[in-house]
Amino acid sequence: MTEIAILSGKGGTGKSSLSAALATLASKVVVADCDVDAANLHLVLHPDNYREETYVSGQKAVIDAAKCSHCGACMDYCRFDAIRQTNHTFQVIETACDGCQLCTRVCPEEAISMVNQDKSRWFAADIPNGKMIHARLAPGEDNSGRLVNLVRDQAREAALELNTDLILIDGPPGIGCPAISSLTGIDKVVLVSEPSKSGIHDLKRIVKLAQHFRVKIYVVINKYDLSSSLSKALEDWCQLMRIPIIGKLPFDRLVVDAMVNGESITNWAPDSAISHEIRKIWNKLIQHE
Amino acid sequence: MKIAVASGKGGTGKTLLATNLFNVIQQSGYAVDLIDCDAEEPNDQQFIKGKLQGQQLVTQNIPVIDKDRCTFCGKCQEFCQYNAIIIVRSHQHIRVFEDLCHDCGACGYACQSGAISWQAKTTGTLTTYEYNQHSLLVEGRIAVGVYSSVPLISQAIKGAKPEQITILDAPPGTSCPFIATVNEADFVVLVTEPTPFGLNDLRLSVQALQHLNIPFGVVINRGGLGNQDVHRFLTENKLPLLDEIPFDRRIAQLYSEGELITNNISAYNKQFQELFIRIKKQIEHDRDSHT
Ligand code: SF4
Ligand code: SF4
Ligand code: SF4
Ligand code: SF4
Repeated sequence: MTEIAILSGKGGTGKSSLSAALATLASKVVVADCDVDAANLHLVLHPDNYREETYVSGQKAVIDAAKCSHCGACMDYCRFDAIRQTNHTFQVIETACDGCQLCTRVCPEEAISMVNQDKSRWFAADIPNGKMIHARLAPGEDNSGRLVNLVRDQAREAALELNTDLILIDGPPGIGCPAISSLTGIDKVVLVSEPSKSGIHDLKRIVKLAQHFRVKIYVVINKYDLSSSLSKALEDWCQLMRIPIIGKLPFDRLVVDAMVNGESITNWAPDSAISHEIRKIWNKLIQHE
Repeated sequence: MKIAVASGKGGTGKTLLATNLFNVIQQSGYAVDLIDCDAEEPNDQQFIKGKLQGQQLVTQNIPVIDKDRCTFCGKCQEFCQYNAIIIVRSHQHIRVFEDLCHDCGACGYACQSGAISWQAKTTGTLTTYEYNQHSLLVEGRIAVGVYSSVPLISQAIKGAKPEQITILDAPPGTSCPFIATVNEADFVVLVTEPTPFGLNDLRLSVQALQHLNIPFGVVINRGGLGNQDVHRFLTENKLPLLDEIPFDRRIAQLYSEGELITNNISAYNKQFQELFIRIKKQIEHDRDSHT
């Protein structure tokens, strides 16, 4: 099985638009949208969900006011400042609670219980050229790294069912836990960068992370025409690091038009220069072994 | 007064808004600080080039186990919800996985043998820069591999001076680091793009802020690209549109070079001044309608 991830280190580099285009170019593929905090791919790939499941992201404490004797022990012990006292009632601040359960253990009245955080969902869906696994993390729920792992496990199962070897992962921004979960055990990663000072800085950080996982790295420079000097600096750095640049895409309003019309750029304007370039990227990506 | 600048996704112009807003406010003579709470990818400092004033290490506690006192009873492992302690009793082996530890204190409470003490571990830094005498930039930066930026963000915001304006550059998304930032704000400026992706992310952020009951307004960045659906969404839901920054290649270019548009293009300086006035009015309006 070949797992290819598209990552960027930071948002807004056009990663999802490129992922969507590559996904529609594949002949038979399972797409895993691992940008679970701000999933967008479904707006272009129009998945037809055949399965919806609850994802329990964690637990939060709740105090039963009827049992509470106002001793204050929970507040003293909680290291997350998640318990507050307002006119004699003790309450858990949901957004601050980390779910550590220490309060339930110190409470002499057994007034505190833990409830599941169960507002997040994940989905399995059909798309014209395969299957798609995607998820929606509810606001304020965490553990997105674990959800990414779940999406990837389901994608592998779907690939077996579909009898395909190819999984395409649209990764999350950042270099934190969900990005790490998207990188572990994959074969190739495409890093989408752009020629700006912060773009170069972010690329360096994510390359370091990818190298740590011994993944084959490819770079695509998006909006390369934004600054020729910074674009050159990006290319020089990649050359120095022996990282192949498999494509350079200009800024093109057509990409936004395609998105507005709910299509990938390669489907919306197949004859455009940018679609041509993206097809070249795709061919290099699947040929390079 | 704390104003958070947030967006459902990175790269929509959140940093552009936060840094230029900060710039025009300080130009108007107000004392204003900027706190970069986007601790995984802080980059305000590339635009606000101040003088380094100091750096503070942020730490968390990690349990240290005294093997002479430990009876390998297993209680600490049982109490740890994060699988950060592993005990192999038969081998008299106990180990703490620092990267998994959330500093909750449960293991210390569990241990009856007095075998657990605490040690500080650095999880990030808060760096302060002085900018034009009366303004500071505080940059939060999390070390690679730390489980959450929330404790660092909370500490950074704690330093905000209540009597003056503080801009918080919030982390992207709607998960815990975002909540930890906007929860401390009096008002949130949500930045979005007039595209389907932008609208999708905006919807999620609006949901979260309404749930938390935090007043907010919306700024559309790269106006003129995409379509009218974001405008329609705002009108239908009676959400205040604070401003629209046009799609302009000059903005993208200045931004890529680490320059402030309010220092380089006077029309944008004026636009941001007016945006600040509109934000102030909106805050007053929200305050009045609450009382
Ligand atoms: S579960 Fe932990 S974080 Fe939550 S309220 Fe109890 S002690 Fe605090
Ligand atoms: S520890 Fe239990 S009894 Fe004491 S204040 Fe907390 S909830 Fe109430
Ligand atoms: S402090 Fe909490 S998270 Fe850390 S090892 Fe102890 S019980 Fe586990
Ligand atoms: S609770 Fe204390 S005595 Fe028991 S295994 Fe843990 S450290 Fe050792």
